[in-house]
Amino acid sequence: MKSKFKIKGLDCANCASQLEKSIQKLDGINNVSINFITQRMDLEYAETKKEKILENVRKIIKREEPDVVIEEV
Amino acid sequence: MNKKRIKITISLILFVIAIAIDFDNNLINNAIYVVAYVIVGFEIIKKAIRNISRGKIFDENFLMTVATIGAFGIDEFPEAVAVMLFYQIGELFQNYAVDKSRKSISSLMDIRPDFANVEKNGKIQKLDPNDVKIGEIIIIKPGEKIPLDGYIIEGKSSIDTKALTGESLPKEVKEGEEVLSGSINLNGVIKIKVSKEYGDSTVSKILDLVENASNKKSKSENFITKFAQYYTPIVVIIAVILAIIPPLIISGTTFSDWLYRALSFLVVSCPCALVISIPLSFFGGIGGASKIGVLIKGSNYLEQLANTEIIVFDKTGTLTKGVFEVQKVKAIDVSEEELLKLAAYSENYSNHPIALSIKSAYNKAIDEKQIAEIQELPGLGIVSKIGNQNVLIGNEKLMNEKKIDFTKCDDIGTVLYVAIEKKYVGYILISDKIKDDSIKAIKNLRKINIKQIVMLTGDRKHVGENVAEKLGLDKVYSELLPDEKVRKIEKLLKEKSENGKLIFVGDGINDAPVLAISDIGVAMGGVGSDAAIEAADIVLMTDEPSKIVNAINLSKKTMKIVKENIIFAISVKILVLILSALGLTTMWGAVFADVGVSIIAIINSLRILSVKNI
Repeated sequence: MKSKFKIKGLDCANCASQLEKSIQKLDGINNVSINFITQRMDLEYAETKKEKILENVRKIIKREEPDVVIEEV
Repeated sequence: MNKKRIKITISLILFVIAIAIDFDNNLINNAIYVVAYVIVGFEIIKKAIRNISRGKIFDENFLMTVATIGAFGIDEFPEAVAVMLFYQIGELFQNYAVDKSRKSISSLMDIRPDFANVEKNGKIQKLDPNDVKIGEIIIIKPGEKIPLDGYIIEGKSSIDTKALTGESLPKEVKEGEEVLSGSINLNGVIKIKVSKEYGDSTVSKILDLVENASNKKSKSENFITKFAQYYTPIVVIIAVILAIIPPLIISGTTFSDWLYRALSFLVVSCPCALVISIPLSFFGGIGGASKIGVLIKGSNYLEQLANTEIIVFDKTGTLTKGVFEVQKVKAIDVSEEELLKLAAYSENYSNHPIALSIKSAYNKAIDEKQIAEIQELPGLGIVSKIGNQNVLIGNEKLMNEKKIDFTKCDDIGTVLYVAIEKKYVGYILISDKIKDDSIKAIKNLRKINIKQIVMLTGDRKHVGENVAEKLGLDKVYSELLPDEKVRKIEKLLKEKSENGKLIFVGDGINDAPVLAISDIGVAMGGVGSDAAIEAADIVLMTDEPSKIVNAINLSKKTMKIVKENIIFAISVKILVLILSALGLTTMWGAVFADVGVSIIAIINSLRILSVKNI
């Protein structure tokens, strides 16, 4: 299952790649790609646990980059 | 953002006051420095504390905080403020530059329609294109973007498809023809019947593709991310060593002198300039390519294109037009016009591509009353009576069968011989035609030193070889079945060097396995063809093969800029590190170099957008 998000408020490209790394480690995430320039985050994850996975993603973002907001497109 | 600017301004004013005026009591100067520092640096310190509590010690906020507090510690008050101040100013500039480039790149792809005028019960409603359903009627006025794909049911106009295809000549359209979303209606009012929902329409497909493209990362991007991972920790560790070891082993040096050098290290330890300019370059390249009608599905493909060694073309529909055309009319004792007329009348009831090509070459109304008799002889031709003349039209076999004395034509293509009242009067040569653009494409490919240009075709040997010879190709493989094409590509893949790439260019029809096995699969004439967009890595929106040369040139330009940025940023950083270690630069110098490199690298990336000369 794939979802796309608008990701706003990232400070720098390096933060984007670090956040990407942390999300990649989450259980159920097959692939994540964050693009600092297009402000896009693409997630590929196991469909069965969508709610749980998205909640974890939001948690990680809240912890690492509290100023960042994401919005599904 | 504005708040940040005000803070920077106030801090800057205080900083200048503290430097310019020597207060009697040094404490006043220092107090002003501290106030200036807190105003500009508070956010950074806050973030640093937050991040350190989560174990992110190589965070740039933290490193800046350590560097500046360290400067206070060794009584370098102006340095501390300056570093924080210039770091923030640099960030501001960087954000501005990134924002600006983000906008200018997005504007290249600004083909998204905002509304659709839908006709419902005789009234016109302005709706979001997302809410329009298949079968609904929409009206497009001159100057408006066509919001959804559909067929014209009323009106005619010329439309500008530049945003989709890069083609600058407007296209004339009339009733019954398909128009694609993303084009701009230039003059007439047209009514169209919607054939695809917005999500499936050409414009959303293209936007989706280009926006997704930069999420497929190139090797250079991965390299930089990796580099950043090691760079910061290494610089920080060296900084720590620098602060501790030399004062212990070199006599006569002070601890604070070496600490100062170490703090300069921390100032340049952020890898951001690199990390941002590389994906920005690729994004710019992909944006620039879409401007010339080339859709690239990933940064990785844009990167690989520069290493093209072998390029393999499909023949029909790629290098040739893929449609039959009358190439030559040879008339004996009758006029060419008369010969063509008799042929067109004889073929009147046939829909075979050959018949259609004759009728289109004749291009006049056919008076069916003149057709007295028509009899089709399968595999041979047609026997007919047009007016009061008995006409034979067909291949060699027909002429032999009817015992007509004729002269054989050895030209490449399909030859139709014509006889009136059993007397041979000439022939019509029909064949697929090489695109004018193919000649240009091959010429330009030679200019950029592609090692091998190969053509694959399922067509007969003499046809294939004729096309290859006319275009001056290196190799041609004819009479191939689809699976044999795959095997030929496999063989060619072995002929390239380790880093070289093989590109296959086809029209996207029945090419899927070959597109998949090539390093880069290019489908041509992608406008409106879902299959081609799906299967290929790169889609040429027009049917001009020369666009692939533009794409290769764009790739080379992008890679040049990427390399420039990598080399430039890394060497400046290393230079500053060396100078800092030797005590030859100040922390001011370090922060200037760091911020400057970022901005220059970003500006350099933006050069890709000027694609006029490609």
